[in-house]
Amino acid sequence: MNRALIVGASVGGVKTAQALRAAGHTGQIVIVEAEAVAHPYDRPPLSKGYLAPDAALAQIALTTADELAAIDVQVRYGAAATALDPTRKLVTLEDGEQLGYDSLVIATGARARRSPWGEGPGMHVLRTSADAEALRAELLPARRLLIVGAGFIGAEIAATATKAGVTVTMVDPLPAPMSRVLNDDVGQIFGDKHNTEGVDLILGHSVSSVERADGGGFHVALTDGTRLDVDAVLVGIGAVVNTEWLEGSGLVLDNGVLCTPGLAAVGVDDIYAVGDVCRWTDATRGETIRLEHWTNATDQAPIVAHNIVNPTAQRAYEAIEYVWSDQYDWKIQVVGRTGATDHELIGAPEDGRFAVTYTADGRKLTGAVIVNWPRALVTCRRAIADGTDIASVRDSLARLAATSADARARA
Amino acid sequence: MPVVKADLGACQGYANCVVGASDYFDIDDDGLVVLLRVDVPEDDRKRVEEAARSCPVSALMVVDE
Repeated sequence: MNRALIVGASVGGVKTAQALRAAGHTGQIVIVEAEAVAHPYDRPPLSKGYLAPDAALAQIALTTADELAAIDVQVRYGAAATALDPTRKLVTLEDGEQLGYDSLVIATGARARRSPWGEGPGMHVLRTSADAEALRAELLPARRLLIVGAGFIGAEIAATATKAGVTVTMVDPLPAPMSRVLNDDVGQIFGDKHNTEGVDLILGHSVSSVERADGGGFHVALTDGTRLDVDAVLVGIGAVVNTEWLEGSGLVLDNGVLCTPGLAAVGVDDIYAVGDVCRWTDATRGETIRLEHWTNATDQAPIVAHNIVNPTAQRAYEAIEYVWSDQYDWKIQVVGRTGATDHELIGAPEDGRFAVTYTADGRKLTGAVIVNWPRALVTCRRAIADGTDIASVRDSLARLAATSADARARA
Repeated sequence: MPVVKADLGACQGYANCVVGASDYFDIDDDGLVVLLRVDVPEDDRKRVEEAARSCPVSALMVVDE
């Protein structure tokens, strides 16, 4: 039979199925997915275009039933996995059915951390298409939205909601938005952008209380003394890995499934993990890493597929972080590892086109934040992959900035 | 010979393709993909298809002509 079973029709799961066929896997490929949806869908648009009133799930399909049939991949929706027995090579589903496998790919991802203020009307998180549809119904002009957490999800929803005419207050205890990847002075540039666009961004403070108001909405108090009434609350305070179903299976769980450099689960045979749920040992950096990035999942998929098809010629995964975000008229791209002390701004935020280059070791470019500057993105992504020295990257970006400034002046 | 096709209306300039196969793809000043080559010899097919699949907006395809 030789069945590859993939748990999760996330981007990591779907891309692994496609890559397995491309790598020459001739056996069965079966995907089981907990969500009862019509087809696999892509998550990045959920906090952006999918919040538009007329957006349809088909527009954010990762693939179609026809494409899956063409590569002979079966998908079962509404089928959550509840247990794994790696000795008998069986996965148990919610309805009690057991599915055998020869190779297993764990792609169960992560879920939104729950709101500390309970659930119900007006209280939102954002992770699934259903979450986005519930939030979308409340993004009406003249409504008031509180966003708790100024990470990527919060910042993107702030931009989308503001554009839709919603009055947005965003609060985060940290001193800058998106502070997981941006140091404070760079984060400030993005904080200023949100303020300029009309968001009331309150940093360095948190929520002290949220109470339901009579007749709908919430009374909110912040630790800086601010009191406000809002119609809805969006809680964007991070994600929790979906590994509960693996407890007791013998897999090593450490905020993710602990994996080898080749993305195989440590201590068991024929099991791999891909995407948000995978914590792998990076051979080059000598540490374990887990990333909640779209590109991480899609880059891991061909490695997992190759290693399943070629068990005696395993490849190691080497990550170069890459995330993007659309906020207002800014296309933000973050590549490599950012946040190091040694960083330099090239270009001008007030022109809406700039880059910040980072070096962690003082010699090579190790990361960059780029806004609305495609050539700089290509330069930095190549330079990080090639290990180019920081001085020459900064020189070429400065030249690039001067050239495009000239071109704009002539135009 | 298989050829690579780009949907310029879909391209958002993420540059994943450039990282995957820099001999086939580049990004121009407006952030749109530029095809440096169109014909894909069989030896390159797997690599170029992988780069195409890495596109966040599925703007690239390798097709048989």
